[in-house]
Amino acid sequence: MKRTVPIVIAAATGFVLIVSSFIPLTEEWGSAAMQWFNILAAIAFVLGGSNLLRMNLQKISDRRLGWGYAAVTLVAFLVTLFVGLFKVGVQPTESFPTYAWAAPYNQEGSFLWWLFEYMYKPLQATMFSLLAFFIASAAFRAFRAKNPEAIALLATAFIVLMGRTYVGGLMREFLPERLEWLSFDAMTNYIMSVFNLAGMRAITIGIALGVASTSLKVLLGVDRSYLGAGDD
Amino acid sequence: MQTRVLSEQVSVLRREWGVGSGEWAVAGCRSAPLVSSTSHLIFQISNSWRGVTIFALVFVLTLGQAAAQEPPRPVSDLRAVDHPNDVGESVDLSWTISPDDDPEADPQLVSEYRVERMTASDSDAVDDPEFLHEKEFVDIAKVGADEATFTDKGLKRTRTYLYRVIAVGPGGESPVVETETAVGPAMDWFRTDRGWLAVIVLLICGAVTAFIVAAKSGRELYIRKIPGLEAVDEAVGRATEMGRSCVFISGIQDINDIQTVAGITVLSRVASLTAEYGARLEVPTARSLVMTTARETVEASYLAEGRPDAYRQDDIYYLTDEQFGYAAAVTGMITREKPAACFYMGTFYAESLLLAETANAVGAIQVAGTAEPAQLPFFVAACDYTLIGEEFFAASAYLSGEPVQLGSLRGQDVGKLLVAALLVIGCGAATWATVSGSPQASAIVTFLQDNVLGSGGFLP
Repeated sequence: MKRTVPIVIAAATGFVLIVSSFIPLTEEWGSAAMQWFNILAAIAFVLGGSNLLRMNLQKISDRRLGWGYAAVTLVAFLVTLFVGLFKVGVQPTESFPTYAWAAPYNQEGSFLWWLFEYMYKPLQATMFSLLAFFIASAAFRAFRAKNPEAIALLATAFIVLMGRTYVGGLMREFLPERLEWLSFDAMTNYIMSVFNLAGMRAITIGIALGVASTSLKVLLGVDRSYLGAGDD
Repeated sequence: MQTRVLSEQVSVLRREWGVGSGEWAVAGCRSAPLVSSTSHLIFQISNSWRGVTIFALVFVLTLGQAAAQEPPRPVSDLRAVDHPNDVGESVDLSWTISPDDDPEADPQLVSEYRVERMTASDSDAVDDPEFLHEKEFVDIAKVGADEATFTDKGLKRTRTYLYRVIAVGPGGESPVVETETAVGPAMDWFRTDRGWLAVIVLLICGAVTAFIVAAKSGRELYIRKIPGLEAVDEAVGRATEMGRSCVFISGIQDINDIQTVAGITVLSRVASLTAEYGARLEVPTARSLVMTTARETVEASYLAEGRPDAYRQDDIYYLTDEQFGYAAAVTGMITREKPAACFYMGTFYAESLLLAETANAVGAIQVAGTAEPAQLPFFVAACDYTLIGEEFFAASAYLSGEPVQLGSLRGQDVGKLLVAALLVIGCGAATWATVSGSPQASAIVTFLQDNVLGSGGFLP
């Protein structure tokens, strides 16, 4: 029973979503199904938040490796929750001057806005900028010319890299017109629009077929591994 | 406003050329009084050579402005038809724009089109007060100049409607153009514009179902080896030998994403192996619902392997929905705990390389699978094995080894055959059309592009 009911719900919802793409009368049903999911996800967020609190408190209490980070996480979580819920620093609006909470929680100048602008955004940018270093280290390993395939990859990468920089366009000026196709930017465009595009399309077609097959397995109850424990 | 401008121009001319004041008044006058004032002016200054010039200027200005004062000519060929492929709540209007509607003209004679609607009949509720209210034309929309279509939405299927369109410009409103017959929205039972998509879905789903049924009946199916999936066993075994943990990351999307579902099905196989070998499995998640699903899945696998005692719920935990916050937490955990094996199965974006490079730095064996084409190069560069696109979706069936699931993989092959056939026909027809200029070949290419490959087919 524990697995049968979820299978029936998953199958019914899935088929409704498929049918709603083809039968106008059922279009609203598809939207309703998605709304149910949003409600469930919102409720589950409470579950996730409480789990986060419990896990980090446990880590601090046990003095486990990296417990200091857990403390920082907890403080950040609670402070953000507090200033957001109680709209700390939010000024009354012109429309409702006597109601301090009338303005949105993320009003410019509020504490939550300040946290977002001056803590969250820089931290996010820091993480994102780390990518540049990781790309360099990954490329260094990937482009080692250890066999013919790797050499081809290295040569292609070099051409595309040069073609994407200022050098790519600059080279065109030194080449006669009939040899312009040898410039880095021309070769880059050719590689990207022929080889790369063909490869990407092949992958995309495979992905589309895989999605259809996996969806069908879930809808038909052939693959039940995602449902977890319980009797049929 | 234009009249006033003209009057001011006349005043300026009069002052600059020293013409006598006379009795003419310009402020607030309209076209007819203006012509009268101008005639008076001609009489006053006719004895002066300067007067001839002023007369010519004023005459030209007056003629030009008088033309601008005229209302635009009306639209033509107004049509109202039921909006196709909907539930029956819209009507499409189209018309030929007014001959005066020229976007290049300065000043523009048409500024907008006003659309009006009247309910002609209601088979459901003739005495309905709302219906009685709509028994006269009411404004429903203003459409910009140079636009010739409008879709009226939110209508009732029981009613019929009449429409009229009026061109509006600085000179006033054009004569009204009205639809000759009332039109009502009708419900369509099937979206014919997605007919080809329906055919494709039926073919692929039918093939998958047929092979599943064939597999159930005991037919043996050959499936090629996928090195990335063979490596899962090796990775878990290595982690067990080293006494370190395995980390499984099911992407950063929620459980309504098919890649997350595919990732969770792989998790169940990985959990079976960790339960069998006695290795520790850690699953940090970016969504609460994924956490609960993963817990259920892993618990089921441990139960199935007869090791419920080894299952640790706290090893499957929620971190944050935020992409880089999640990446920071997981990379921190990997750096501190140094897992021996990392699995990435699901939807990934920019965090893919952050995670994979960090795990690579601590010497973990890594297996990744995603259907995000932009992230595949990162995983290929940083991981030991990468499941590309369809291999990722095949992982669950492959690892389970169940004939019924393997049947679905053969069904996918039918889809590939279909796509390959379309590619051959399309490329062949396009080549033939280019070489011979055959209109039949061009028609085939156009049909494929507009229908099977277009919005009605593979690209809905």
